[in-house]
Amino acid sequence: MQSDYAVIGGGVVGLAVAWGLLKKGRRVTVLDGDDGSFRASRGNFGLVWVQSKGLNEPRYARWNQMSATAWPEFAAELKHSTGFDVALEQTGGYDLHFNDDELQARVAQYERLKAQLDGDYPFEVLDHAALKREEPSIGPSVTGAILHHQDGHVNPLKLLKALADDVRRLGGHMMVGKKVIDVEKSDVFRVTCSDGAEVQSEKVIMCAGLGAVQLGPKMGFLAPIRPQRGQVLVTEKLPKMINRPSLIARQVDDGGVQIGVSNEEVGFDDNVTVDGISSIAATAIKVHPALARVQLVRTWGALRVMSKDGMPIYHQSKTMPGAYLVTCHSGVTLAAAHARYIPAWLDGDDQAPNLEVFSEDRFAVSAA
Amino acid sequence: MKTDSLFRPLENQTPLVAFEFEGQKLEAPDGANLAAALLASGIRAFRYTPVSGAPRAAFCMMGACFDCLVDIEGVHRQACMCRVSADLVVNQIKPEPDDE
Repeated sequence: MQSDYAVIGGGVVGLAVAWGLLKKGRRVTVLDGDDGSFRASRGNFGLVWVQSKGLNEPRYARWNQMSATAWPEFAAELKHSTGFDVALEQTGGYDLHFNDDELQARVAQYERLKAQLDGDYPFEVLDHAALKREEPSIGPSVTGAILHHQDGHVNPLKLLKALADDVRRLGGHMMVGKKVIDVEKSDVFRVTCSDGAEVQSEKVIMCAGLGAVQLGPKMGFLAPIRPQRGQVLVTEKLPKMINRPSLIARQVDDGGVQIGVSNEEVGFDDNVTVDGISSIAATAIKVHPALARVQLVRTWGALRVMSKDGMPIYHQSKTMPGAYLVTCHSGVTLAAAHARYIPAWLDGDDQAPNLEVFSEDRFAVSAA
Repeated sequence: MKTDSLFRPLENQTPLVAFEFEGQKLEAPDGANLAAALLASGIRAFRYTPVSGAPRAAFCMMGACFDCLVDIEGVHRQACMCRVSADLVVNQIKPEPDDE
């Protein structure tokens, strides 16, 4: 069986792209890894986040905004076809600060970006009292916050489940427990797995997150990405206590408070550490003191997929035309954009978004 | 021990001590597993979930599921990870109606 597209990677990035391609009538095979793979889609924090991204690259900020704008319809469509409510809430989110100087420095950065975005960057600065009115559980050491109205959050596991279900429903061919070991191109692409399985396709999309580090160079990609560990905690289910998410804590749709999140350069190690967990917990308790008496239910570590500048990579191979690299750190935020706009780019449609700024060429320049 | 529980205590246990659940006087062997002691006493609802208000009791009995949470001195504890001691005061966790 030959597909139009073979998608290597069955996480939220690969599935969102596959979903969008299937909606365009393409024949798609998705090759998903196994539980030994580093699966960022199963460990992430679940934010649909605009603020603080692209402070030095307005086109990246704009791309996040495009995705945030596309999210409500995307979520509604998934719910309609799969029955899964991914619990999207986009009522704003906070960047919390313990120090006024830091807050003001951040506000200055946001003002600069706002001007570059023709004023489309709706945020407001809340002092402690104003924040306390919005979030009564906030502690005294939080001096203020930036409330950005384009931010929100979802249940990322329900998103993954809904996408996986809908890709199957739309006729996508899902192959699970597959480790891709080689990609070759002659008249068509041949994707070979460690168990001998082979998929043939017109085009190949590499969406395997950190898996692209090994396989990418064979396909003509630099794939300059590295793992960055985040440790996450989740509490017992609680009555509603947090209204809007922040990078520090959010209350998920089924009541638990999810607490994050570390940024650690420790290579391919997704373990939790006592130091990591306790420092994350201490910060969360500074923000929401009531959490001090609450039980933690789970802790976990997961590896972000980070490029050098933190931005996504969308790149067609020069040595293997028809092979594309689609990878990013913000797979949840960008899921709607990946589903709606990336398929047009892959198909080479006229209305495809201009993604030049996200090509790998930006790294080649800086390396020279 | 009440008779309306399907759980029966082992014989030759250590001496019984009195403790309290939601104002009710109960007895169990000193040092017994609290979740087991509550189940043996016929307690069906350890708590009510803050999400749906549905009753919950111990499920896994090994510290993983967090369904057996109870209130001990204002802290939510897993009953299956606690021991009974004399005069222990245990309360149900109930969502407060006014607590928005």
